[in-house]
Amino acid sequence: MWSFSHIANELHEWLSSIFNPTWTLVIEMVLAGVAVIGLFAALGLVLVLMERRVAAWIQIRLGPNRVGPQGLLQSLADTLKLIVKEGLTPSGADKLLFNVAPFIAMIVAMLLMAPIAFAKDFQLWDMNIGVLYVSAVSSIMVISILMAGWSSNNKYSLMGAMRSGAQIVSYELSAGLSILTIVVLTGSLQVSDIIHAQATGWWIFKGHLPVWIAFVTFIIAVTAETNRAPFDLAEAESELTAGFHTEYSGMKFALFFLAEYINVFIVCAIGATLFLGGWMPFHIGNWTQFNHVMDYIPSSIWFFGKTFFLIFLIMWFRWTFPRLRIDQLLNLEWKYLLPISMINLLLATAMAILGWHF
Amino acid sequence: MYRETSILNDSSPVSPAGDDGAGNITINVGPQHPATHGVLHLVITLNGETIKKVEPHLGYIHRSIEKMCESLTYRQFIYVTSRMDYLSSHINNHACALCVEKGLQVEVPPRAQVIRVLMDELTRIASHELWWGAMAMDLGAFTPFFHAFRERESINDIMEETCGARLTMNYMVPGGVMQDLHPDFQKRVKEFLHLYKRKIHEYDELITGNIIFQNRMKGIGYLSPEDAISYGCSGPVARGSGVSSDIRKIYPYEIYNKLEFDEVLETAGDSFARYMIRLREMQQSIRIIEQLIDNIPDGDFQAKTKAVLKLPKGEFYQRVETARGELGVYIVSEGGTTPYRIKFRSPGFSNLSVLDHIARGSKLGDLVAMMGTLDLVIPDIDR
Repeated sequence: MWSFSHIANELHEWLSSIFNPTWTLVIEMVLAGVAVIGLFAALGLVLVLMERRVAAWIQIRLGPNRVGPQGLLQSLADTLKLIVKEGLTPSGADKLLFNVAPFIAMIVAMLLMAPIAFAKDFQLWDMNIGVLYVSAVSSIMVISILMAGWSSNNKYSLMGAMRSGAQIVSYELSAGLSILTIVVLTGSLQVSDIIHAQATGWWIFKGHLPVWIAFVTFIIAVTAETNRAPFDLAEAESELTAGFHTEYSGMKFALFFLAEYINVFIVCAIGATLFLGGWMPFHIGNWTQFNHVMDYIPSSIWFFGKTFFLIFLIMWFRWTFPRLRIDQLLNLEWKYLLPISMINLLLATAMAILGWHF
Repeated sequence: MYRETSILNDSSPVSPAGDDGAGNITINVGPQHPATHGVLHLVITLNGETIKKVEPHLGYIHRSIEKMCESLTYRQFIYVTSRMDYLSSHINNHACALCVEKGLQVEVPPRAQVIRVLMDELTRIASHELWWGAMAMDLGAFTPFFHAFRERESINDIMEETCGARLTMNYMVPGGVMQDLHPDFQKRVKEFLHLYKRKIHEYDELITGNIIFQNRMKGIGYLSPEDAISYGCSGPVARGSGVSSDIRKIYPYEIYNKLEFDEVLETAGDSFARYMIRLREMQQSIRIIEQLIDNIPDGDFQAKTKAVLKLPKGEFYQRVETARGELGVYIVSEGGTTPYRIKFRSPGFSNLSVLDHIARGSKLGDLVAMMGTLDLVIPDIDR
């Protein structure tokens, strides 16, 4: 079975034969960084186009179809426009915070890429606290939104930022608890361990009711955490024009925009890793022939297939549901999701101790 | 209506004490804002997310239509009224034509009467379709807008064929309608009825039955029947509070008294009641169209009138039911070829005036939803 790890190993050996270990590490780090930036750009272009096409499909229209074949270069043209556009800083704004905020959003999204396993043995950093790291780093996102909202010195931005603060801090809890359900079942925080635990079956299949509840909670919570409709109160176009990024233009706006899509990709990748087995192929019990055929599909295709399925789900939400009100949003979390997740975690713990899962 | 202090810049620094020292902040929604469809300017005083006060400011799209009408003849001034409530221009034209006919004592041929009612009801459906999509958009759901426009397009195509225009039709003239129906009219209307019945369930599936939508609408923006009357509300806004106010039933004009249709009433008085009224009104309009589409009498489409119309000295008033409520046309004539004074009683102005009353104490997000259910068309409020 071919995998990206062969390429990585050969590269490592080749570099080691030329440089000493320190320089090898440095060069590998730089290469990984460049790869992440490249992936960022590619994902941004693909996801924006995908969003527009999914929206068009739901809204009985065609979507972008003029630039390039089938409109595939539309995002590229949009990016070019945003690069050329002037990045205004309002005169009343806190200049430092205003200009730093979009970069923090971007850096957070980049950091979150580290523990994700894109294919079999293909991971930037398989740290032993992988899942905890994701929860911790993703909380920093709220700081960039609060900074952007406060420093813009605009009332719409401020309200959007405060809404977003309340929202992200609340939904972090449910997302964390639903991640914990899987951690309890697996007994490890390491991403590779979690994936290997699903070699006999994905958690969504062998985890019974607690994992299903955790999966639904996770999807709702991450939709809210990434400020996607129906939880897009931080942007709430019809109320706050554009919420926290009202005053941003040009590339600074584009960074927020890109960070939003990358975050959607990351939370979906985490969801796919925890609940749908990451790059693990789909196996059915002892159907050896069937399992063998499934193994022939490259692991990266499994991973991206599952991730994009979840992304499609989140896009589907956005183009179907009306927006919640701020108090309803917080009620949903504190009165329903949080108690359910807590009881669910207890259930999962009991299940793990008694060994009721497959 | 203007106060200098209330026109604050949204980019002004926010202090912990707010704009008034009591922790309240003032924000401008409009005249350029996605929440106001048009150029309405709302100065909103907020305490956190809670609305303390809503001050509508008008005048951004004032075109002095009433004054302009004074220098236009009785044939000409009707065209200007298409630009008042541009979503029900047929009905505006109709009201003016009826008022002039009242003064001239002209009998409108039966064919013209049926055509007028058919056009009115098609316009009403088209207007409610657009309202439905726009209101869902206010609530953050974008898709319904496109679904509503699918049906609305086929109505616009029918209008285009017969009247030559899609928005400002200018089809009703004193004495009847401007030209006869297009030969395909009946076929196209039946096609529309078929399409509408096939697709209407999507409206309920997409929005009405949605739990988020119902939570956003039910019990929000309560308007009591007493308040609805005292603020002069009309149309779906009044009927949502249980106030019977359908001009087609109370003061029937044309052939409405011979038609079978119900006045739709809801008693809850909240946003959801106003929403349901309009959805059910579309069904009643469909009922009216179905009764008439196969029974368009033969004959003239316009009564014989003089080339230059002169209304006798006196005052004439005619009210009709537009998609938004009661439109009154009041003409004072000195006996000449142009009116001495014209006054329009537009439904939107009265309906807008309740906004402050129903919005106080609710959240900012609900204000947008309430404005949606009031179905405001700004050029109608601000003539």
